[in-house]
Amino acid sequence: MGEIIEKDKNVVVPGDELASGMDFLPSFGTYRDGDKIVASRLGLVSFEGKVVKIIPLSGRYVPKRGDTIIGRVEDVSYSGWRISTNCAYPALLSVKDATMQFIPKGADLTRFFDIGDYLVAKIMNVTSQKLIDLTCKGPGLRKLHGGRILEVNTNKVPRIIGKQGSMVGMIKQATGCRITIGQNGVVWLDGEPKSEIIAVEAIRKIEDESHIPGLTERIKQFLEEKTGKKIEMQAMTQESHDHEQYDHEPAMEQ
Amino acid sequence: MTYSKRNDGRKFDELRPIEAKAGVIKRANGSAYFRIGKTTAYAAVYGPRDLYPKFKQNPKAGIIRVNYSMMPFSGSGERVRPGGSRRSKEISMVTEKALLPVLNLEEFPNSVVDVFIELPQTDAGTRCAGICAAAIALADAGIPMKDLVAAVSVGKVDDKIVIDLDYSEESYDAEVADIPVAFVQRTGMLTLLQMDGPVTREELKKGLEMGREALKKIYAIQKKALKEKYTGEEK
Amino acid sequence: MNESKAHLLKSLNENLRYDGRGLLDFRKIEIETGVSKSAEGSARVKLGETEVIAGVKMELGKPYPDTPDEGTIMVGAELIPLSSPDFESGPPDIKSIEIARVVDRGIRESKAIDFKKLCIKEGEKSWIVTIDIVTINDAGNLQDASYLAAMAAVKDARFPKLEGEKVNYKELTETKLPLTKEPVEVTVLKIGDKLIVDPSTEEEKLIDARLTIAITEDGRLCALQKGGDYPLSLDEIDAMIGIAAEKTKELRSALKAVKPTKR
Repeated sequence: MGEIIEKDKNVVVPGDELASGMDFLPSFGTYRDGDKIVASRLGLVSFEGKVVKIIPLSGRYVPKRGDTIIGRVEDVSYSGWRISTNCAYPALLSVKDATMQFIPKGADLTRFFDIGDYLVAKIMNVTSQKLIDLTCKGPGLRKLHGGRILEVNTNKVPRIIGKQGSMVGMIKQATGCRITIGQNGVVWLDGEPKSEIIAVEAIRKIEDESHIPGLTERIKQFLEEKTGKKIEMQAMTQESHDHEQYDHEPAMEQ
Repeated sequence: MTYSKRNDGRKFDELRPIEAKAGVIKRANGSAYFRIGKTTAYAAVYGPRDLYPKFKQNPKAGIIRVNYSMMPFSGSGERVRPGGSRRSKEISMVTEKALLPVLNLEEFPNSVVDVFIELPQTDAGTRCAGICAAAIALADAGIPMKDLVAAVSVGKVDDKIVIDLDYSEESYDAEVADIPVAFVQRTGMLTLLQMDGPVTREELKKGLEMGREALKKIYAIQKKALKEKYTGEEK
Repeated sequence: MNESKAHLLKSLNENLRYDGRGLLDFRKIEIETGVSKSAEGSARVKLGETEVIAGVKMELGKPYPDTPDEGTIMVGAELIPLSSPDFESGPPDIKSIEIARVVDRGIRESKAIDFKKLCIKEGEKSWIVTIDIVTINDAGNLQDASYLAAMAAVKDARFPKLEGEKVNYKELTETKLPLTKEPVEVTVLKIGDKLIVDPSTEEEKLIDARLTIAITEDGRLCALQKGGDYPLSLDEIDAMIGIAAEKTKELRSALKAVKPTKR
């Protein structure tokens, strides 16, 4: 029987031995070296039965089909828009996927999305060479008007959203801001200037402190202190394990 | 004449004091500061990101691009003219090759991982300090890598094999050999090897073994710096 | 006006910046000297998350024919790609050239350094004080950070030992640079109808115009640089100078507190 070398949820770095024994199976961010499972990414080690993987704590966004992201229009061509995605690869939004409206041939496409506009879009497909196709047809997918943009660590997005949107829901409730979070680490928010600052501080706090237990309670306290208002928790699910929720959740929050 | 005692009083196999910190440059995707003795290095990693011109792209995997540079006031003598020299270009290239074997960039076709190394203050061993900083910065940037890479110079001063030469030893008035080496600790494989100056085959062998041994300590310091950043208490 | 600028102005109208500062607040200023022992003088300046390092190296040169009894200064700035995803490798671009030249003017035109005292032999030999500024992290306002770093490095500097025709960089003398005054530079920026100081990267992208103003302790202006795509009215310029005069007090006291490192 093999043995665990690094405890579940320990911070590990490339080259660290995580477990020894042929019964363990290397998954994301790990590899087998003889009878050892070794980390190849910086992050938290996670054991699920005999499967060993890394939950990354850093690194740029890697585009995945089905993710909802916030992108910026970089260029407009005949057939659509080139969108920057806060990762190594730009995405394409073609005319047919841009809007429910009918766009006649030869129409001025900047009327729909102009250079510099931010939009909420869904990744329809990513090829092996990382060509990304986006769609803006779907609930919540749209152009963003006004507001401000914040870049966050893409690996912390699930924590900022929280279980079933509980964390961001709490920030929205406390600050009255409208907040949309893209899986690519781009956050859009719009509210009263003072409230926006509190919302941004709360988000930064989640980024910095997500590894310290009791995050939800701390953020709740922080928001109550800053806003002077009690937060009602009935709509929010109790967060029992801070490190439990790491799988990608729906990004859309509105 | 023999070199019986090191200029700064160190043991022959002793490293200078080392300090390492991860995440020192906020704008970068990953970064590090590494000091060994009076040599200090910053490394910043940007990427994976768009690579232009397009002909440099590799559709099978991302590439790494290293830029090593000494700050204009970092030399021990006159001002170093800014802009790349033949020396800095060569060091950039060997640094790239020293890091490449541990990296796994298949996830990022056509893109580039840029590594910038800058030295504010130098007292020999700059390329090795740069490699140590770069390895921390790459891990901090979340780049997939099999292991960290650590580097140090070994050498011969007069009749002694020594570890981590400082400038006074590099310029010692006797036969001096300077051998910068980098190792991947887990595999024991060597990824950087250069040498200036004469040694025998046996001396080289001894020096490389001493280097690998000394690098265990640097490797531990690199890992500690990364863990400190990510386990730090709330601000 | 684009939407992101309108949104920022909504906040500025309530005297609030995106990071919670007031319009005329600087971020926390930190100055540390002796950060490069290879240099004859050096300093690190942090304005919030913005960080630059400046180093002074002293070289021997021939005085210019029109000022045979003077030495001179040479200021360089490098916006290196280590410090921002927006900077590229290669020779200095216009942005770094402007920063260096505006720092140079603030020091030169105020006669902060007594160039005559840099002369060793009239018409033949004098000191050239090279000040190099290197960016470590760009979070906005590199101009003011660069200026502070340059001045702090100058204050930290000592002459190296002169041995006949050669400079012995291994040994520094106790002699400091002949600094007669400490001028300070402040950049004031205009966004819409609002004036701010110490901009973040985000704000810098949205500004209409900016004015960098160098002021000596007795309130005299010694260098100006107007930047940005839009013009300024005379009233605006006057208001900007008023703000700069006020803000230089804060920066000056930070600079005054700088002590040369022990060596």
